[in-house]
Amino acid sequence: MSDASTLPARPAGGSTAVGAPGAPAPARRGARRGASGGPRRRSSGGILGRNPFGLLLSAPYLVFVVLVLAYPLGYALYIAFHDFFFTAPGVAVERPFVGLDNFVAVLTDADVRRSFLNVGVFLLINVPLTVVLSLVLATALNRVVRFRGFLRVAFYLPYVAASVAVVGVWLFLFSSGGLVNRLLGPLAPDPSWLINETWAMPSIALFVTWKQLGFYILLYLAALQNVPKELYEAAATDGASRLRTFWTVTVPGVRPATLLVLLVSTVTGANLFTEPYLLTGGGGPNGASTSPVLLMYQRGIEQGYPDEAAAIGVVLVLAVLVLAGLQNRFAGGDR
Amino acid sequence: MDRTLGRGPTVLRGVVLALGALAFLFPFAYMVIGSLQRTPDPTLAGAFPDPANLTTANYTAIDSRIGLLTGLVNSGLFTGGVLLGTLVLGVLVGYALAVLEWRGRGTTFALALLVQVVPFQLLLIPLYVLIARDYGLADSHLGMILPFAINSTAVLIFRQYFLQVPKELFEAARIDGAGEIRLLLRVALPLVRPALVTAGLLTFIGPWNEFLWPFLITKDAALQPLAVSLANYISNVAATAANPFGAILAGAVVLAAPVVVLFVVFQRYFISTDLGSGVKG
Repeated sequence: MSDASTLPARPAGGSTAVGAPGAPAPARRGARRGASGGPRRRSSGGILGRNPFGLLLSAPYLVFVVLVLAYPLGYALYIAFHDFFFTAPGVAVERPFVGLDNFVAVLTDADVRRSFLNVGVFLLINVPLTVVLSLVLATALNRVVRFRGFLRVAFYLPYVAASVAVVGVWLFLFSSGGLVNRLLGPLAPDPSWLINETWAMPSIALFVTWKQLGFYILLYLAALQNVPKELYEAAATDGASRLRTFWTVTVPGVRPATLLVLLVSTVTGANLFTEPYLLTGGGGPNGASTSPVLLMYQRGIEQGYPDEAAAIGVVLVLAVLVLAGLQNRFAGGDR
Repeated sequence: MDRTLGRGPTVLRGVVLALGALAFLFPFAYMVIGSLQRTPDPTLAGAFPDPANLTTANYTAIDSRIGLLTGLVNSGLFTGGVLLGTLVLGVLVGYALAVLEWRGRGTTFALALLVQVVPFQLLLIPLYVLIARDYGLADSHLGMILPFAINSTAVLIFRQYFLQVPKELFEAARIDGAGEIRLLLRVALPLVRPALVTAGLLTFIGPWNEFLWPFLITKDAALQPLAVSLANYISNVAATAANPFGAILAGAVVLAAPVVVLFVVFQRYFISTDLGSGVKG
């Protein structure tokens, strides 16, 4: 889920989030297929279609989706609107409907607002940096002939390695007496990066950008194959410079991929948990790097307020939907 | 085209790519070197192996604290369960979606796409309540596996590959009297073997690297995957160790190595077009 990751990572976050934004297009394709399947079904149709065996093969997956995704999704809303607390299994207790109480409690909480602000700072750094760096590196990689395989592996290695493992190196690199500070000398921030209120969140944003970049480079590489070669030839004939060709041919040519990268990196960023938990010792210093999901864990599971945690989850998802809508509006173009 | 534009851009491109590769690879080299240092050396010289400062003591140290083998076995069982579910049950759906015509196919395909947009944040609390509390699956491998049991991205990749198998092959086999199961196992599956590797790799990194979910539901150290036990070591124990960075990095090398090796060996199966099929449906 958050695997690519898992979530599917999703990007580590990866793998489930992958394709989120691609969804509309294939869904249309699916609908078209359904329509064309119509006449065929009529020609030879039992009530379950020509080949009911398909339903049998899909049954385990459908059960899985209902059990692990659809039902919990509804349950999340139920929890957020009720006075919900943990009980021993099998104990029947009353869980009265409380309307928006949980949401009010959460939104008036300074810690919660801080965590949303933090993730906002994170996205402001992470998303633009991701788009620019992955497009530049993918464009460079696309033209290269020698070392192509080596470079590709080098670029996606951070993406496929476990966050927990690479966090260890970053802790070492960015510690007070670490290599980064030694190289910076007097320029090193004091207190050091991960324990500095100003620098904690940007450091995390930088880490996640580095970690996920390989995945987005792969997406852009795929998109670059779809930019018509003739456009580059035409630009070369007109004597356009490399930079100008990049701006006028490549950037517009990969716009659908850019939208995808924007959306996926936003969704992945909103899921931020492992990095503040480990890199900054649980969202420190003084909550300067707490993310909403980290707070959901602390509130819901450590302190036993699952209802408030579920409300944070709902608010977070709504915020992401608004952001995704804006990105689609302004970066999606007129498709 | 390059020739007409001169060497300038080519050199620039080389520099950009080399800097990129350095930025991506250096932390991994540093991880290995740091894990072998007797005393941590954060100076620039410490970024290169120093024969006088080499030791495997960090590996023994981390092993005695968190049990590397136990962690690897648990990670393996977690990942293996997800792979099994995806490669068996996921292949079945992918095949049904691509080849067979049945009522509900369009809906199922739409569901597989929809699953990818469901945010995990929203599922976190209810899944914890259901799996850890109601079903009593806390501290069990089944509880770890359940939310990831069938990877929907892999399902879409399978579907994409099965779609490319010519329909005539199936017709011919049916005329020859092959049953549906035989058709799937003997005709379709051997043709999509690359898809099994691609989807397998993509599925592997999910549970192997997953931290949040197994962290939530396993409190028993004997059942924790390596990512969880190493994270617990980083956040709790490291402060008391003699060379905490060395021990953390040794654990990190053990956790990262299987994935890195897999992806280097099978790199030709992990290419953009395959990912694209998963992403674009």
